[in-house]
Amino acid sequence: MSKKTLFDKVWDAHVVDSIENGPQILYIDKHLIHEVTSPQAFNELEDRGIPVYRPNQIVATADHNTPTLNQDQPIKDDLSRQQLEQLSINCKKNDITLYELGHQYNGIVHVMAPELGVTQPGMTMVCGDSHTSTHGAFGTIAFGIGTSQVAQVFASQCLLLKKPKSLRVSVNGKLKNGVLPKDVILFIISKLGTNSGTGYFCEYAGNVFEEMSMEGRMTVCNMSIEMGARGGMIAPDQTTFDYVKGRKFAPEGEDFEKKVAYWKTLPTDDGAKFDLEYSFNAEDIEPMITYGTNPGMGIKISENIPVDENPSFKKSLAYMDFEAGESLINKPINYVFIGSCTNSRIEDFRVAANYIKGKKKADNVTAWLVPGSKQVEAQIIEEGLKTVFEEAGFELRQPGCSACLAMNDDKIPQGEYCVSTSNRNFEGRQGQGSRTILASPLVAAATAVEGKIIDISKQLN
Amino acid sequence: MEKFITLQSKAIPLNIENVDTDQIIPARFLKATDRKGFGDNVFRDWRYHKDGTVNTGFVLNDSKYSGSILVAGDNFGCGSSREHAAWAITDYGFKVVVSSFFADIFKGNALNNGLLPIQVSKAFLSDLLQQIESNPQTVLTVNLENQTISVNESDLSEDFEIDAYKKTCLINGYDDIDYLLSKKTEIEAFEKQSV
Repeated sequence: MSKKTLFDKVWDAHVVDSIENGPQILYIDKHLIHEVTSPQAFNELEDRGIPVYRPNQIVATADHNTPTLNQDQPIKDDLSRQQLEQLSINCKKNDITLYELGHQYNGIVHVMAPELGVTQPGMTMVCGDSHTSTHGAFGTIAFGIGTSQVAQVFASQCLLLKKPKSLRVSVNGKLKNGVLPKDVILFIISKLGTNSGTGYFCEYAGNVFEEMSMEGRMTVCNMSIEMGARGGMIAPDQTTFDYVKGRKFAPEGEDFEKKVAYWKTLPTDDGAKFDLEYSFNAEDIEPMITYGTNPGMGIKISENIPVDENPSFKKSLAYMDFEAGESLINKPINYVFIGSCTNSRIEDFRVAANYIKGKKKADNVTAWLVPGSKQVEAQIIEEGLKTVFEEAGFELRQPGCSACLAMNDDKIPQGEYCVSTSNRNFEGRQGQGSRTILASPLVAAATAVEGKIIDISKQLN
Repeated sequence: MEKFITLQSKAIPLNIENVDTDQIIPARFLKATDRKGFGDNVFRDWRYHKDGTVNTGFVLNDSKYSGSILVAGDNFGCGSSREHAAWAITDYGFKVVVSSFFADIFKGNALNNGLLPIQVSKAFLSDLLQQIESNPQTVLTVNLENQTISVNESDLSEDFEIDAYKKTCLINGYDDIDYLLSKKTEIEAFEKQSV
């Protein structure tokens, strides 16, 4: 029998049919939806008189547009409120489970689904959101889709797709002190570029990922799309099974054991061929930071911004008001955001709290800590981290996508820099004219305490 | 979906690489619950200054350029999966986007909305941008049947690739839902067998 990759195994198990010289019909196990990319799909079905085919395989949450303060009160912005109301109406009408604002399971779609056990190894999952790649951390084929495709999945629980090519990125060795999963993925993207993965589905392999927690793996897979890959996957192992076990929607008892037996067959066979392979040494990775307007424009904090004559590169530096060749160390920073589907899980807040404990936030800094879900928020309080944050002068907000894309009121002002644990540093991403610097929760916490960018490695050692 | 067979039009050169979907349509305009009107805000923060005045330096505001073909730099449409980006571009009046590279999700979204993404070689893109910038009256012909894009009254021409299934959909104005619904029996059989 031919050797198969993890991706091959999961994909092949979901092919309903193939069109000659065309795409395949891929069955979708779980469909996640939120308020921004679903209303037009519901409208389309309604206009065409098509029912939602499998409502019990859809889970909805409100996240992109939700406020992070006073969630118990009516939303002031009319358009945001209407969009959330529309989601509630659509879910009710179509019998779809919705964790709306204020619900104990509400949260960012890519935080709440894994923590509820909706996400399981070997599944196919989609959502009208490019960071759906996050769920690949479980050995799941998970990817973002457009709204027309949301309508297709509503109508048929399937998508028409051409099988992507395979890519494997291996990182082996021992990570240095202070290097977090976010640094690993920012390092990979800085080396490979923002379109290196386009047309591919990526598997992350090597001892660095094997030794990572599920939350770390989610951070890595989350940013696969930032190198262009539709999704990223990590082979399920004991760490995965232990994480899934006992969660609300996880299989139980004998069913769970049966599933585990199947999940154990999923890892890539020895000798399976990938279309493209890259490999890196863990020792070469250091705490990272971005200096430009795409996630590939990253450097080690200790490095200087490169020099490049490309007009798009120069345009990007002009937007950021940085000079080619300069160092970012000691740059004053007035905004820090710890949150987003990349870094808003409990481990991220533990890292931040551990650094912040006994220190004070710099006076010039506005720092927003936004948990990924109600459950993460509850855990922050339970573990006493909220007290640590408040004693240091930090504000813990309520869950949502928040300043990652600034659809709500959490906007970084024009011209200001924000050291952010989110995933995109595009022009104006965090508010018109805002300048985003991507980093790990540790680097973000250190920036908030110092009021400027520091060389965290030096401080730790 | 509207049918697409051939198109003759002038083109607008957007000579910038890595144009992401946050530039095509910023997140603050994603609050609508229908598909219409996004063209008003396409490339909003490049077209207008923060105070609402027109940025005359941006190519869409340059009256010497017009047409329903957008010719853009490498890696067009990267970033978010928002289909609003494709809706904004079509609503503004574009029917074709040319680039040397497209991000996956944007490409799929474009095809699902009758917007033809044409991927050309870097050399052809460079020649094309130069030609349009030196003569804004340049007319291009796109022929989907033959899969060619050419500059009228010149030798500049290139073949492009497109998935055969998607080509048929565009030429006939079909969409994927029609096809998937016709496969309901197979889908139900698949569900039974995988339980």
